Amino acid sequence: MTAPSTPSPRPAVATPDGRPQRVVLDVRDVAKSFGGVHAVRGVSFDVREGEILGLIGPNGSGKSTLFNCILGQLVPDRGSVTVDGHDVTGKRPSALNRLGIGRTFQLLQVFPELSVRENLILAGQEHKGTRLARLFGPSDAGLTPDANRMIDFFRLGHLADEKAGGLSYGQQKLLDCAMAFMAGPRLVLLDEPAGGVNLTMLENLKERLHAINAETGATFVVIEHNMEFVMSLCSRICVLAEGEIIAEGSPAEVRSDPKVIEAYLGH
Amino acid sequence: MTDFVQLIISGLATGAIYALAAIGFTLLWQTSQTINFAQGEFVMLPAFFALAGMTALGLPFSLAALFAVACSLAVLGFAFKFLIVDPLIGQKGTLPLVISTIAVALLLKDGAKEFYSAEGQRFPTILPNDVVAIFGLKISLDQIGVLVIAVATIALLQWFLAGTRTGRQMQATAQNPTVARILGVNVERMILLTFLINAGLAAIASLLISPIYLVKFSNGEVLGLTAFVAAIVGGFNQVRGAIAGGLLVGVLDNLAAAYVSSRYRLAVPLLLLVVIILFRPQGLLGRKEERSV
Amino acid sequence: MRRALALAAILVAVAALLYAPQVLSRYGNFVLASWLVIAIAAMGVNLIMGYAGQESLAQAGFMGIGAYITAHMLKGGSLAFDLFWIYPVVLTWTPFSMFSAIAASALATFLMGILIAFPSLRVQKHYLAFVTLAFTVFLWLVFRNEEWLTGGVFGIQDIKRPSVFGFEMSPSRRHYANFTYFVIAMTAIAAFVMWWIVHSPWGRAFTALRENALRAESLGIDVTGYKLLAFAIGSAYGGIAGSLYAPLVEFIDPSPFALAPSLLFLLMIVVGGMGSLAGPFIGAAVAVVLPLFIEKWQSELVANGFAIFSHFSYVIIFSILVITTIAIAPRGLAGLFADLTKPRRRPHSDDKGARLGEVKS
Repeated sequence: MTAPSTPSPRPAVATPDGRPQRVVLDVRDVAKSFGGVHAVRGVSFDVREGEILGLIGPNGSGKSTLFNCILGQLVPDRGSVTVDGHDVTGKRPSALNRLGIGRTFQLLQVFPELSVRENLILAGQEHKGTRLARLFGPSDAGLTPDANRMIDFFRLGHLADEKAGGLSYGQQKLLDCAMAFMAGPRLVLLDEPAGGVNLTMLENLKERLHAINAETGATFVVIEHNMEFVMSLCSRICVLAEGEIIAEGSPAEVRSDPKVIEAYLGH
Repeated sequence: MTDFVQLIISGLATGAIYALAAIGFTLLWQTSQTINFAQGEFVMLPAFFALAGMTALGLPFSLAALFAVACSLAVLGFAFKFLIVDPLIGQKGTLPLVISTIAVALLLKDGAKEFYSAEGQRFPTILPNDVVAIFGLKISLDQIGVLVIAVATIALLQWFLAGTRTGRQMQATAQNPTVARILGVNVERMILLTFLINAGLAAIASLLISPIYLVKFSNGEVLGLTAFVAAIVGGFNQVRGAIAGGLLVGVLDNLAAAYVSSRYRLAVPLLLLVVIILFRPQGLLGRKEERSV
Repeated sequence: MRRALALAAILVAVAALLYAPQVLSRYGNFVLASWLVIAIAAMGVNLIMGYAGQESLAQAGFMGIGAYITAHMLKGGSLAFDLFWIYPVVLTWTPFSMFSAIAASALATFLMGILIAFPSLRVQKHYLAFVTLAFTVFLWLVFRNEEWLTGGVFGIQDIKRPSVFGFEMSPSRRHYANFTYFVIAMTAIAAFVMWWIVHSPWGRAFTALRENALRAESLGIDVTGYKLLAFAIGSAYGGIAGSLYAPLVEFIDPSPFALAPSLLFLLMIVVGGMGSLAGPFIGAAVAVVLPLFIEKWQSELVANGFAIFSHFSYVIIFSILVITTIAIAPRGLAGLFADLTKPRRRPHSDDKGARLGEVKS
């Protein structure tokens, strides 16, 4: 089952540490405090093309704040966020979306009164032509085929015309993911995609994410609490604790890193 | 020059009254996300209660004033909350409540007109209106009286909010109802209290302002406008802002009445609103809002 | 089946509408045309509030702008020539004087809408409501005070209805129905344009930003831009309505363009049904027709000894109606009707749920 079109995957050129060469997301020395609380203290990392990076850490480690700084929901106190060479630090979420960055939400935010298909069309329509042209064009902005392909890919076919508010939680999660991919993004940030989803659905979700990653070459950054999910989904992990990165590497490396074990157990 | 200072002082007096209305409005917004478009009518109506008390019940003014406050608490506090606001809990967004308060505004306005009178009514005052000279300025005692009463009310309110346990709980509810609930605050009761406080403040404002301007059913429009402008100008998220905004609007309004054409007097607070929204949207004393996460 | 019923109902309504001007008296025509004119303005508010979720308390003010511009352009006179210097060119083409007045009103109110919405949308959400409130009051002050421009409290009298495509539209016995047909045509065009906008990607964007502006932004929807568009278009509808209102009543003064009528538009939309295409028509019907009925009932009730009812004015009844409607029928009368005629949902065979490994809760 082919995924909808996105930038076609280029064969990854590997660097000595086995990672692809092209840097898609570059976070440099980002810091954010709230009053006296230093949620994020100078974090730097990068994500290469096609990687699936997991951002984990105990509660209060600053994952969400860091995530929101990257996404433009919060403006970092210092540091920079660069996507494919474009500086996106502090840019509004709509600007980020237009630069090819998609995201999913921890608290589900599909549009409940619109149908599943309508939700998907909405997710893609702002990228199709100019606003004025869209007024005079077809009602679906020509996106029904793409939306249908996405519906098939995420196996939501029987729900295509249902109001999104009537879907079960797990189905809405799938829709949320699908919406993030509608615009063919080069970078997708997933905010706790596994939260509240049952085991079977989780397997399905993981498999679909792997599939779309393989077929489109899109890069992912995932925040998650669910260790099993993250370790099996991601090619690379960053561990955050108390606002700083304490470990970085492959799942196996990170799992056996004593600092990581201590950070989790110590809480 | 003395004229100017006198205008400022009388402006402060009316401004203090506007501040009362603006404070109630701000508190309602903070604690329960209620934008009360009927706030102007809330300040218009208690005077009618008092008048009704005097004409229909034959009460002397002081009792009629108490009667007005009691009616206000009942109608503008309890009834408003239980009949208008509560049925809309659970509806998405604030739009339904906004529309409902707009309907209430029209209802109260026309109700006063139909059930009492369309004519402007004179309103008695317990304050003496002798004029005294202080430092060469002619100041009427009733203006001082108004200032004193308004300031006393505000001071009482501030003491309540900061100095009593219930008041601090109310402040917590205003800042973050979810956290307040977790901390054991009875949020529902706090919200009801806010409605009652608003009704009380509106009643006092009504009793203070009605001797100055005739009591008329249409007063609510202007009073409401000044309350909104005062609240926004001061900074919508703070009581101090409402006080500052009210005083500022009162002074500017008074100066405008003297120096600007009377036909455009009402435009002055409007202009102030536009200027603030354009150049300092967080209000004079407000904090700049972070982007919502 | 439901579709067929709806279509049949619409056809019947349209037929009735087209026949009505012939059978109604001059006053009946006036009421019919008033209903449609108010409905056009209500459509504008519906777009702003029902679809884009913003609050506009200025629609009567925009109607006023349209009305005064049109009054000037239809009456001619030196002021009109001074203000609308292209007017002499258009005047020679008299069949178009009405259209150019409508166009000028729409353009002026569209631009005005952008002007006042732009600063207030950058800040807290509810500020737009207050800015439109201030704008309406300010406009009313201007209407009332600037006699050289608007005739002040006395207004502008004797606004003659121009002829359109050779059809006379004066309120004389022979021609009064023609103006009603003209209004019907304009309303049909306005309704069609509204339908088109709402079903286009723009309409979808409006719905999205009303339901969840945060999520909409993250999908690349320029929330501020779309809010501006919705507000400007909605305000232009107000201007168009005002443009038709002036020749309809043939005399305008500031009173219909004050704050209270603006508020009535909001109430109308709620009663009729926000976010539905029929809503504005239903709401406008309630607003235009209800006062007439109330007057009748009132005099009957009072004659029978229920004197207290003489005090229940149209505004009081309407407000109570709105308050109860919001509480029990949030989608208004149109929503109630839609709910009543909705086909019962067939339960889904949920073996498909097992395919996703999810049990539908």
